[in-house]
Amino acid sequence: MSDVKKLMYVNRRAPYGTIYAWESLEVVLIGAAFDQDVSLAFLDDGVYQLTKGQNTEDTGMKNFSATYAALGDYEVTKIYVEKDSLDERGLLLDDLQHLVWEDEDEDWAEKDSIRLVSRAELADLMADQDIMFNF
Amino acid sequence: MSILHIVNKSPYEKSSLYTAVDFVKDSDVVLLIEDAVYAAARGGKAAEKLSGLDISVLGADLAARGIGEDKLIDGVSVVDYAGFVDLVKAKDSTQSWL
Amino acid sequence: MTIEVNGKSLEVDEEGYLANLNDWEPNVADAMSKEDDLELTNDHWEIINFLREYYEEYQIAPAVRVLTKAVGKKLGKDKGNSKYLYELFPYGPGKQACRYAGLPKPTGCV
Repeated sequence: MSDVKKLMYVNRRAPYGTIYAWESLEVVLIGAAFDQDVSLAFLDDGVYQLTKGQNTEDTGMKNFSATYAALGDYEVTKIYVEKDSLDERGLLLDDLQHLVWEDEDEDWAEKDSIRLVSRAELADLMADQDIMFNF
Repeated sequence: MSILHIVNKSPYEKSSLYTAVDFVKDSDVVLLIEDAVYAAARGGKAAEKLSGLDISVLGADLAARGIGEDKLIDGVSVVDYAGFVDLVKAKDSTQSWL
Repeated sequence: MTIEVNGKSLEVDEEGYLANLNDWEPNVADAMSKEDDLELTNDHWEIINFLREYYEEYQIAPAVRVLTKAVGKKLGKDKGNSKYLYELFPYGPGKQACRYAGLPKPTGCV
């Protein structure tokens, strides 16, 4: 269908320090109703959004890290994480949540949502988008 | 005169931490809060800049960001909000590198 | 605005959603449904409880489309369809059931 656009949400900020990460997530969830070809990219401090074990109890802020696991339910299945950003921060893929989506057509088979990409690969993906939203 | 240097920005996004570090004297303490706590995580590039300094990090902000105390570089003190206040009292003045 | 539940006044927003998630107890759903002239059955409770579990796990109230699919997976295809859910909650399964469950208005509900 020609009216399906390729949309990429580009996330470059850490969670909690600013409101960008949560705002982005809300826009993604709301935008998911419009049946477009959606992907999320995490680079720079954005990779911190996906780390495991976040506990905001003592800060009085909402812990929205649990919400990333719902993205699969919203049919957001393409999550690109840029590898150099992880390296620079001493993070491994294993430090991130294991995000999956369930393929209804294959008896709810679980498939990985996160794809590790290089800066060059991400640049190619960006070049292929109709619209990018930057947070 | 001793100073408590407070940094709250991620070292990977802003240069505030590096500027602060250049101003730190022997009797000073650097307190990392909010996104600056990422600097104290082992294996990150920013951690190298902190060696030899008296560093404290705010525990609540570490926990919010999923950084366990086992992931911190050596020699870092984790403080709670009361410890934050103690640091402010212990030093002659406070410099916030916003 | 407030709603009276068991002699307590609980704060709600202008659309009737609980202001404080922790105020919720099953009597809240009963009180809200009474105002809508709706008798809650086990089928209603199944969905209300499902929503509360979903919120507990993901920290959001799911959009109707997401709810429908998730209910289908957990409770079977005969329940995971909008006809079934709208029969239970005529004002919209997302909005009405979330309100009874003490959750905020669903994210993605425009």
